Amino acid sequence: MARTFTLEIVTPDRLVLSKTVESVTAVGVAGEFTALPLHVPFLTALTVGSFSYRVAGKPEYVFVSGGFADVTPTKVLILAEAAELPEEIDLDRARKARERAEARLVTERREAVDFARAKAALQRAMARMKLRQGAQLPGSAHIPAR
Amino acid sequence: MPALKDVKNKINGVRKTKQITKAMNMVASAKLRHAQSRIERFRPYADKFYEMLGELAKGADSSIHPLLEARAEVKTVLLVVITSDRGLCGAFNNNITNAALKVARAKTAEGKEVKIMCVGRKARDTFRRSNFEIVAAYVNEMAAFDFSLATRIGSEVIGGYVGGTYDEVIMAFGKFISLARQEPTLLPVLPLSPAEAGEVKEAVGAKAEYIYEPSVEGLLAELLPRFINVQIYRGLLDTSASEHAARMRSMDNATRNCDDLVNSLTLVYNKARQATITKELMDIVGGSEALKG
Repeated sequence: MARTFTLEIVTPDRLVLSKTVESVTAVGVAGEFTALPLHVPFLTALTVGSFSYRVAGKPEYVFVSGGFADVTPTKVLILAEAAELPEEIDLDRARKARERAEARLVTERREAVDFARAKAALQRAMARMKLRQGAQLPGSAHIPAR
Repeated sequence: MPALKDVKNKINGVRKTKQITKAMNMVASAKLRHAQSRIERFRPYADKFYEMLGELAKGADSSIHPLLEARAEVKTVLLVVITSDRGLCGAFNNNITNAALKVARAKTAEGKEVKIMCVGRKARDTFRRSNFEIVAAYVNEMAAFDFSLATRIGSEVIGGYVGGTYDEVIMAFGKFISLARQEPTLLPVLPLSPAEAGEVKEAVGAKAEYIYEPSVEGLLAELLPRFINVQIYRGLLDTSASEHAARMRSMDNATRNCDDLVNSLTLVYNKARQATITKELMDIVGGSEALKG
């Protein structure tokens, strides 16, 4: 039985990652899922935040700002508008984005379009910072050990 | 006969101009390579996107999402015109704005109201002089843009369409075909017809049954607005590559014209010099003849 499969992360600007992995754990709109080799074909929308994959038993993390995951038995393809490896995240930029978003959340009316935008921006900034600072992340706990 | 010094100055001036146009040509060619590689890198994303959308939209009926629904009565048309920020690239920007103006006039003649969204300074400058209403202008963005520009434009377009401000959206941009060919292109953006766009690729091989989460409709609702962004991003990338290709060519022409000008000016200079020498000789000969008495 195949023990590994290919993970590819594609954004409009580049191919972020192409690796042979043992498992992928991500948070879809309907909840967290883990894809192991020979997973049934599965298509889901992803939420903003980090997801993890395992190489040689060790978890690695990537930030994705939403997008889609196309899971097939031999390959997982992530289609995201933006994706960053932890070492690529600009912590200062994320922090500034968070401050901007927080300021706007205070001034904007709740039902305004900008309010929703600011909220989404805040969410992205927080997810980026969390990943960069190496906090406890989803999927790090309950992937079956080999 | 023009004065020798003036001709000399003129030649030097043209030579300087040639240096500049040559440098601009090289800059444009470097930028073009960059723009082309961005198109290349965008392709895997776009291909996969079309494939997914094609798969999902196969059985979908146009009433399931507001972006798919064509309006019974089209009252307002939004034209998204994408040009470059900078000139000196031949007729490139004019071609795009002329194509856009033509459509705008045709739609106005049909009794529809036309509004313009400008991307790039040249589009804004042109349409500011026309009597069409400019709803938004994105200026000084084309030099260094990424996907977030497409997202910003996209969300404004989608917001206006869903809110009923626009009933139809058309994008005008410079399609990059080859180094020598860039074509002003009009692409209907909304209402969406992914199946008719001719872009959707049939998935290769036999497809296994997919599990969709949350559901086909839910996924389409996520995909369709992004599809607009993908379309706009493609327009932006193409326009940017076309701009540099057009500039490369016009700068190449300019450099060649400078060469021609230098040649013909050198000819004038040499003739003038010869004439002066002849005149001086005549003077000397005339003088010595007079002395002989």
